[in-house]
Amino acid sequence: MPNIRRLILIAVPYTWLLLLFLVPFLIVFKMSLSDQALAIPPYTPTFQFSAGWDGLKAMFSAFDLENFTWLSEDNLYWKAYLSSLQIALFSTILSLLIGFPIAYGMANASAAWRPTLMMLVILPFWTSFLIRVYAWIGILGTNGYLNQVLLWTGVIDEPLVILNTNIAVYIGIVYTYLPFMVLPIYATLEKLDMDLLEAAEDLGCSRFEAFWLITFPLARAGVIAGCFLVFIPVVGEFVIPSLLGGSRTLMIGKVLWDEFFSNRDWPVASAVAVVLLLILIVPIILFQRQQQRAQEAKQ
Amino acid sequence: MKTQKLTFAAVAASLLLALPAFGEEIHVYNWSDYIDEALLGQFTEKTGIKVIYDVFDSNEVLETKLLAGSTGYDVVVPSGSFLSRQITAGVFQKLDKSKLSNIGNVWSDIAKQTAIYDPGNAYSINYMWGTTGIGYNVDKVKEVLGPDAPVNSLSLIFDPKNMEKLAKCGVYFLDAPTEMIPAALRYLGEDPDSKDKAVLAKAEPILQAVRPYVQKFNSSEYINALANGDICVAFGWSGDVLQARDRAAEADNGVTIEYSIPKEGSLLWFDQLAIPADAPNPEGALKFINFMLEAKVAAAASNYVYYANGNKASQAFLNEDVIGDTAIYPDANTVNKLYITTPYDAKTQKFVTRMWTRIKTGY
Repeated sequence: MPNIRRLILIAVPYTWLLLLFLVPFLIVFKMSLSDQALAIPPYTPTFQFSAGWDGLKAMFSAFDLENFTWLSEDNLYWKAYLSSLQIALFSTILSLLIGFPIAYGMANASAAWRPTLMMLVILPFWTSFLIRVYAWIGILGTNGYLNQVLLWTGVIDEPLVILNTNIAVYIGIVYTYLPFMVLPIYATLEKLDMDLLEAAEDLGCSRFEAFWLITFPLARAGVIAGCFLVFIPVVGEFVIPSLLGGSRTLMIGKVLWDEFFSNRDWPVASAVAVVLLLILIVPIILFQRQQQRAQEAKQ
Repeated sequence: MKTQKLTFAAVAASLLLALPAFGEEIHVYNWSDYIDEALLGQFTEKTGIKVIYDVFDSNEVLETKLLAGSTGYDVVVPSGSFLSRQITAGVFQKLDKSKLSNIGNVWSDIAKQTAIYDPGNAYSINYMWGTTGIGYNVDKVKEVLGPDAPVNSLSLIFDPKNMEKLAKCGVYFLDAPTEMIPAALRYLGEDPDSKDKAVLAKAEPILQAVRPYVQKFNSSEYINALANGDICVAFGWSGDVLQARDRAAEADNGVTIEYSIPKEGSLLWFDQLAIPADAPNPEGALKFINFMLEAKVAAAASNYVYYANGNKASQAFLNEDVIGDTAIYPDANTVNKLYITTPYDAKTQKFVTRMWTRIKTGY
């Protein structure tokens, strides 16, 4: 009996993984091996249940890696992958630089204030993400609020061109993903034993040294979790670069969208998605390991 | 496929059962800023059919959805060359003309043109037609390029010397290779409808040379951007620019927008009402198309969006600033300069879209 229970316990997460990850992945992978066609759906070959075994064989024989060859021969895709990784990396660093002090401030605030501060971080989520990104168009535009204020106060004479540049993309990304950085860091800092800091100061540490030697290492799990929570979704981000970015903002999410909607080339779009997933698997595995280690350390 | 049909039947059946409770409805998927929404209310009043209205801003997006199938839309509005590809792919159903009592209102001159894409107009009815040209902020362009700015020529947007100066006040291009590449070819004196890769490739250096000065490639945001004064030039669709002109006038913000058909010529396009083969409510869709064919309705639609329609009978009801405006209803002289394009085959399509990505992103 206990064996069956164990089996079920193991089977549940694996079924979950199978249904929500492996099956969709295989569908996309299958599509990436097919060819574009002017039909519904717009690729060939498609599997016909009525054709049975022969149909399956015919489908497999028509598969090839042509789309992946196409990706590797065209430097657009590699540049887009690299540029996405770069944008994700810088956004993560920026979010950390801004998010850590916020989390630190929140954790050090009096217990009465903490729920309010927490609320302030979460509150923006109550508005649609799309509307919040659109709001930035109004703020950053040539005749937007930011330029109006700056011109009015005399800080600048010519309106700044921010919208439709990479700067706007960074602003949008950092703004949107900041809570994902703040919350895990806050969660670890909140549990920090203040006695440790007192002990450090008693032993002659300056406040900065105490922060660097005690607080930061103890917050590391939160920092790492926050970084991954920002980095991984930003790599595939599409909405922010397409609304705030200009024609030169190159991100793989946009390339994927273009392949799918503008070129209507589902097979190549699928190949782009498969490669993107392979690229993201590395940080995801690292993140998993780190989480596991944190769990084990707790036990 | 059979299982799909079964589920479809099941869904359709459950929808039918649900209908008395919720009332009949049709789903319409049209271009953004392309209808007087009051007309939808009138249609519901007249027929009791509720209209669920949704918008897109690129033919490519529409085609992707149509080719995925089961869009749930009853009426869609692709442009001619896209429509013709989609007919080949089996996306649409033939129109039952016996149910279109207002079909006599159709303007035969326009129907003759649309038959190039849809032989015999079996699958579609013209909604609007128009040209692709230059929308510009009169004062800002004058300020940047002087009083002799070539606002009626493609050299305004394809000559790097002009574009370099215009970049300061902002230029948007349509994010549509099927519009921009023919225009560049026309500027060069080549055949804008060419399918020859060697000819198509000639458009690239022209577009690459001015690309650094293009702030954005987008096919819907230029209406607001022009009206707000955020940009001074947009290469876009006639009615959209004229809507920007009106919005600026309404806002009274000191922005004056004009539209010009370039003297080199301009793309003449047709947006067609069509019914997807798997439309949930084709009967309702036919009623909607028939409603749009009413002379007064078609006139009201054109009066609102500033596009010409393919409805001869509606012309008696058009406002003077629509029927009398040669930017909307071009005179015979201008019509001679207009050109049309036909669809690319898959290989050429890939060549064109790859070139377009290279132009847009620089990679």
